[in-house]
Amino acid sequence: MALAGLALRRAAVSSLRLRLATGSTPRRRAAHFAFQPDPEPTQYGQTQKMNLFQSITSALDNALSRDPTAVIFGEDVSFGGVFRCTVGLRDKFGKDRVFNTPLCEQGIVGFGIGVAVTGATAIAEIQFADYIYPAFDQIVNEAAKYRYRSGDLFNCGSLTIRAPWGCVGHGALYHSQSPESFFAHCPGLKIVIPRGPIEAKGLLLSCIEDKNPCIFFEPKIMYRAAVEQVPVEPYTIPLSQAEVLQDGSDVTLVAWGTQVHVIKEVAVMAQEKLGVSCEIIDLKTILPWDAETVCKSVAKTGRLVITHEAPVTGGFASEISSTVQEECFLNLEAPITRVCGYDTPFPHIYEPFYIPDKWKCYDAVRKMINY
Amino acid sequence: MTLLNTMDRILYESQRQGRISFYMTNYGEEGTHVGSIAALDNADLVFGQYREAGVLMHRGYPLDLFMAQCYGNTSDPGKGRQMPVHYGCKDLNFVTISSPLATQIPQAVGAAYAFKRANTNRVVICYFGEGTSSEGDAHAGFNFSATLECPVIFFCRNNGYAISTPTSEQYRGDGIAARGPGYGIQSIRVDGNDVFAVYNATKEARRRAVAENQPFLIEAMTYRIGHHSTSDDSSAYRSVDEVNYWDKQDHPISRLRHYMANRNWWDEEQEKSWRKKSRKRVMEALEEAERKLKPKLQFLFSDVYSEMPWHIAKQQTSLERHLKQYGEHYPLAQFEK
Repeated sequence: MALAGLALRRAAVSSLRLRLATGSTPRRRAAHFAFQPDPEPTQYGQTQKMNLFQSITSALDNALSRDPTAVIFGEDVSFGGVFRCTVGLRDKFGKDRVFNTPLCEQGIVGFGIGVAVTGATAIAEIQFADYIYPAFDQIVNEAAKYRYRSGDLFNCGSLTIRAPWGCVGHGALYHSQSPESFFAHCPGLKIVIPRGPIEAKGLLLSCIEDKNPCIFFEPKIMYRAAVEQVPVEPYTIPLSQAEVLQDGSDVTLVAWGTQVHVIKEVAVMAQEKLGVSCEIIDLKTILPWDAETVCKSVAKTGRLVITHEAPVTGGFASEISSTVQEECFLNLEAPITRVCGYDTPFPHIYEPFYIPDKWKCYDAVRKMINY
Repeated sequence: MTLLNTMDRILYESQRQGRISFYMTNYGEEGTHVGSIAALDNADLVFGQYREAGVLMHRGYPLDLFMAQCYGNTSDPGKGRQMPVHYGCKDLNFVTISSPLATQIPQAVGAAYAFKRANTNRVVICYFGEGTSSEGDAHAGFNFSATLECPVIFFCRNNGYAISTPTSEQYRGDGIAARGPGYGIQSIRVDGNDVFAVYNATKEARRRAVAENQPFLIEAMTYRIGHHSTSDDSSAYRSVDEVNYWDKQDHPISRLRHYMANRNWWDEEQEKSWRKKSRKRVMEALEEAERKLKPKLQFLFSDVYSEMPWHIAKQQTSLERHLKQYGEHYPLAQFEK
């Protein structure tokens, strides 16, 4: 069983690597989102065109330059990683700082906790978010509870776990998952998901510096597809702060990761086809999340659509929905709507039908306005 | 060893009387604790399972604090959050115990890796039982320690049982030590009831682990004389004769006592007086721990994160408001204001 699983996983990784190497992605259909770059940040000095994997590398480079205790480890990170996120770092910082571990996720996270307990900075990589579950015990029972259970005698605050996340067009059950809500139920963790290269670098540097164990999910479909002008020098973007990307007056749309670009398109569609003004919020941090920004927006618009790729039942949208309902009951003019993945495993050939695409989100907005 | 044994007897009884909620004794394994920790430097970091209180005692952890943790009173550095016997001490380099078995093993390896990078000449020692060695995290820890060349000593207490499960149902290889070479780990098996054998093995493992940056595995063969915990009656799965043999014929404390008596370092008089004195010390600490209040209620909410997020602060306020109205239904008087 284990061997077969491993072989499959390796095959998936190497096929992906193959495509990266040839640079030609066989297109069965257009992507379900159109990446829209953020404006170039001017306050952090010189910028450079980077895609998402390059902005991750840039953040890791900055972190290792500034902090001599920082180490990066995981499966296949030495040669640059299966998604190229650690390219060049071993040569620059040494093999004791950027190194491969044995193929064992519970070991990777347990090891990272141990490094962090001594006060050193540990940046662990899990190759796909889908394979984080073998480390679930180390994350939930250990990392999240270290400070609390010891009365703050010990902590693993300098641990960050990075993992590629979300659908990728053809990843099927084990290269597509969005497991954030499993972790959202765990006090003690921070869970962060960026929407593009600029956000990825700033949020990742915040996670690495934060005094709490953080899980940083990287939307892998954007590793190469998303390109922006990213500051070369280190900068941070605060955790637990959502961002209003577009002001609107009729409906609030909340998403994170790739799905932010989906709701940006939906907002344009709603304006053009329905004359509806949408307020767009990127949540960015799943735990502890920024309820204030979301509630303030809903108090104004009176309507809320939340969308995520993960299955609907037990998804993080349910947490947002019930909190907003408690806080904004008198402002709500329609039931809060969740547009999410179905309650099935993530399928291979049915992916176009599974994901909560712009048409599903648009339809939710349309129905909500007519409620 | 004897002070630990005295504390064990008194705290075991105090659990039986319902004064503390839970306890786990160290009967029969005192020699593994003291013999190993005496061979290390005080700066060496300890990761344990839960049956290693003798390690802390040897490093000078005060009786008051053992008791404070078991009672979860205001003096407990852990702020009363964990079950009894989940001790931890930053100053004595003893990482706080947690209940999930084997999770500390890969963590100990990570800490050892960080020590190696920091050039501190410190080792990490990681204790666990033979049952725990069956967890996936044990495999992870052993393998990582070898491939990443970490100065760590794995110390397995093989006491024959994991709760009710005898080793015949735990493994079919030659114990735990025999697994070490499969991972490329230098391994040794010692008589866990012989403090000098334990000391010698640990001393040499430490010397080489620091010098060569490689892991060592020590399997100490011993016998769990007491019940697994206060929630267990071990007579349900093993014979009294078996227990008596190890308690009366081959006990680490009596063996060291013979050694000391033979050298005229100890006699009946000293024995009596030490027993009396240690019992008095433990009883005093116990009574004081019992008199103390529980910590402030705010400690229910702090330390979840390094800072307090809005939603936890809100929940704290909500409890405070609730207690203003319904406080009479809660044991508020036991808690510090």
